[in-house]
Amino acid sequence: MTSLSYAGISELAEAVNGQRLHNSALDEFRVVKLDRRQFLKLTGVVGGGLMLASVAPRAHAQDSATFQPNGYLKIDSDGIQIFAKNPEIGQGVKTSLPMIVAEELDASWSDVQVLQAPIDTGTYGYQFAGGSMSIPTNYATLRNAGATARSLLIRAAANKWNVDKATLATQNSHVVDSASGRKLSYVELAGDAASLPMPSDGEVALKDPKQFRLLGTRLTGVDNEAIVKGEPLFGIDQSLPGLKYAVYQKCPAIGGTVSSANLADVKKMPGIVDAFVLEGNGNASELLPGVAIVANSTWEAMQAKKALRVEWDESDASKDNWEQASNEADRLRLENGQQQVVNQGDVDAALESSAGSASGFYKYHFVSHAPLEPQNCTASFKDGALVLWAPTQTPPQAIGSAARIVGVAPNKVTLNQMRCGGGFGRRLYNDFVCEAAAIAKHVGVPIKLQWTREDDIAYDLFRAGGFHQMDGSVDADGKITGWRDRFITFTADGNRPVTGGSLDASVFPNGLVPNMRVEQTSLKWTNRCAAWRAPGSNVFAFVVQSFLHELADAANRDHLEVLLEVLGEPRRLGRMHTGRASGVVKLAAEKAGWGRELPKGHGLGVAFYFSHQGYVAQVAEVGVGDPEGARQNRSGESVQQRKLYVHKITTATDVGPIVNLSGAENQVQGSVIDGLSTMMDLSVTFENGRVQETNFDRYRMLRMPSTPQVAVHFIDTGEFPPTGLGEPAFPPVAPAVCNAIFAASGHRVRTMPISEEGFYLA
Amino acid sequence: MEQVPDVLGYHKTVVSKIAHDMSLNLKVNGATHSLPEIDPQTPLLWVLRDTLGLVGTKYGCGISQCGACTVLLDGKSTKSCIFPVASVGDSEVTTIEGLASPSGELNALQKAWVDLDVAQCGYCQSGQIMAAESLLRTNPNPEDEEIDSAMASNICRCGTYLRIRQAVKTAAKQNLSDDMGGE
Repeated sequence: MTSLSYAGISELAEAVNGQRLHNSALDEFRVVKLDRRQFLKLTGVVGGGLMLASVAPRAHAQDSATFQPNGYLKIDSDGIQIFAKNPEIGQGVKTSLPMIVAEELDASWSDVQVLQAPIDTGTYGYQFAGGSMSIPTNYATLRNAGATARSLLIRAAANKWNVDKATLATQNSHVVDSASGRKLSYVELAGDAASLPMPSDGEVALKDPKQFRLLGTRLTGVDNEAIVKGEPLFGIDQSLPGLKYAVYQKCPAIGGTVSSANLADVKKMPGIVDAFVLEGNGNASELLPGVAIVANSTWEAMQAKKALRVEWDESDASKDNWEQASNEADRLRLENGQQQVVNQGDVDAALESSAGSASGFYKYHFVSHAPLEPQNCTASFKDGALVLWAPTQTPPQAIGSAARIVGVAPNKVTLNQMRCGGGFGRRLYNDFVCEAAAIAKHVGVPIKLQWTREDDIAYDLFRAGGFHQMDGSVDADGKITGWRDRFITFTADGNRPVTGGSLDASVFPNGLVPNMRVEQTSLKWTNRCAAWRAPGSNVFAFVVQSFLHELADAANRDHLEVLLEVLGEPRRLGRMHTGRASGVVKLAAEKAGWGRELPKGHGLGVAFYFSHQGYVAQVAEVGVGDPEGARQNRSGESVQQRKLYVHKITTATDVGPIVNLSGAENQVQGSVIDGLSTMMDLSVTFENGRVQETNFDRYRMLRMPSTPQVAVHFIDTGEFPPTGLGEPAFPPVAPAVCNAIFAASGHRVRTMPISEEGFYLA
Repeated sequence: MEQVPDVLGYHKTVVSKIAHDMSLNLKVNGATHSLPEIDPQTPLLWVLRDTLGLVGTKYGCGISQCGACTVLLDGKSTKSCIFPVASVGDSEVTTIEGLASPSGELNALQKAWVDLDVAQCGYCQSGQIMAAESLLRTNPNPEDEEIDSAMASNICRCGTYLRIRQAVKTAAKQNLSDDMGGE
């Protein structure tokens, strides 16, 4: 009997959980920024410039013509290669991280070949894609890596020409002696530079950002040509000689185990190599029990999976039921919560003696990550060594987990990092890698495990649903006096809320209103929940930024005016800088023409959110059609159907200086479209532990005809370091659109997806 | 039975392959592949990917909902994930690998996709390009609404629709300009 355990997820989940992220990202940034000596040690130097040629990052130290002063770049007769440290999942880091190295190296981008770095935490530190952290935690390191190489190349040229290195400059992958007009390319200097001792601390000079030629410009993705030619690139594209194809069937209610299966029948089917039961390892984020089928082709494996009949023991399996949970939350919203996570001032007194008030019960459904590339992993286990080709967001974690599964030391596992066809947090978890490893070991030949789309949604680690009873008050001057958020969330272990489903003191508007209480109550839940693009923020923004509008309306005041008043004077408030917050709010409002006269049936809505160190404000312009008649929603309620026209979403973002303008703009536009898609109609519901919507016919994403205009504006005051942009533009979308719906129609939306309240996109 | 042009341009009648005929010839990107032992019901997608190693065509849903598997069948966009290989008959299959010139020069759509930096994760984009290719072959100068309608069967999970639309327009303009002798 396997009992579900979440060990292994929890540590990572904490690291990637929205609020905690701010801590770790900032701390790590500080370490990197302050401790350059630590970096130089990593690149092969101890103390004042003594070189240790044998240190790992000098992978080709024996080859005198290869210049590789650290793990991030290599220059030899083949040219300049820059290594992209972290997994590419669509957030653009395979281009943006090498740009930072190339900038300080002063290399021509057209001379640079970018390669995915090997997974090697000894050289690179932890390699992962999550929490919008690649840029903030690597920026200083990558600048140093490029600048160190540039410094050595200058010295190599100075030695060659016998001139003072201070008289030399670099330009377009060359060292230039302007006095004589001589120049040498980095490739020509590579051999000499490789033999030099590492520079001392003072010798490595970083550029003044005003001299940047690459950073802040618009560069196209380094894999673009391979993508448009259909070249093998993604995990699913991996092939090997003698490769077999595997599928894996788990219990449709998570936690169930295999009692019996018609393995003999399955093995007789065309093209089937083997079919067998795997016990789980007791860790729900690694290997759940199930039946593996290995075949000569993906299609034959899938056909056999359809013919597979399994008797499941569901005594410990999930009985999760969304409707029951909703009903329970509806009852609990009237009671005090189990726990108080914020308690400032006297909220009860404020609510009782108000000049105006607002109340509302907010609700959002579970959703799935559904990256377009279904989970897959290729694995080969031979002579006690495991080789993986994995589209994962956490390759070091995958190595550790897979090593446990096949019972070898982690140094017997090699992971080839594959481009990921979307991530959104799903691939932070490596259950598909563990399954592939276990199957490969069992059959003794290389296999590619392929999840179907149905597997991908049904066995996701979901963004948890949740419920908030909101009550607030304003005084006679229309100022907010009281704010109470009674949050009903979910827990797997009966104690801690699921990842992305817990509030803490960083929640808006704590510290900005005089009396505030946040209560938290957890319902027991078995299905796995996890980080989903902008964890926590992706739902809390909807609730708090909508409710702020409700209170502004209760005070008969302009929402923008109230939002700016609440943010107040520029200052640090926890991790948020209220001046940067006001800055994006004002810019979005100005660019959207806040206050202008609108066509009949149109409305403007504003929302702001601070997440993952990024400040984003959005103004949505929408139109709302007349009620068209009632239809039943998922919850069986009869609701009037209304057409929603989202004409334009105007965004203003402050993430400090932009690294790649093209990528940054793409991230904002994509986040807005993802946000709109998710809030409109995405929902997974559960009955008897089973997910009810498992493919795109019932899990309906936004398509091109419904795509609004998205205007993108950035603020960079020059005072702050760059931060990431995979997530921060997601959270404000839903509240901005819902506030605009209210402005246009007087209908206050309190449920996501908003199709539950009858809205559909024109 | 349907009329389709064969390689020499003559029209002939194609009889649907019968189930026990286990040998198939498949014309893909100008080459003919003999598939001696294949279940005729195998979706074209998996023949392309597993048998022929043409992995640019992607699996996304398996039920013709996402468009990641879009290929051209005699120039018309087709969801290969639900299209039995036996039903291809004598039709010419074009995949993303068949769009560039033999020397590797990108066609106008591919070039626009690269230049406008359309992709985020990139997984859906070969299907998007094939859907766009099918559109431009029948409608070389589409309006926005026509682009939207033709592309509505393709999902981009990353939300790159604005750039996709722009890239289709850019490529259409380029093609028209090329047709006029590049003037």
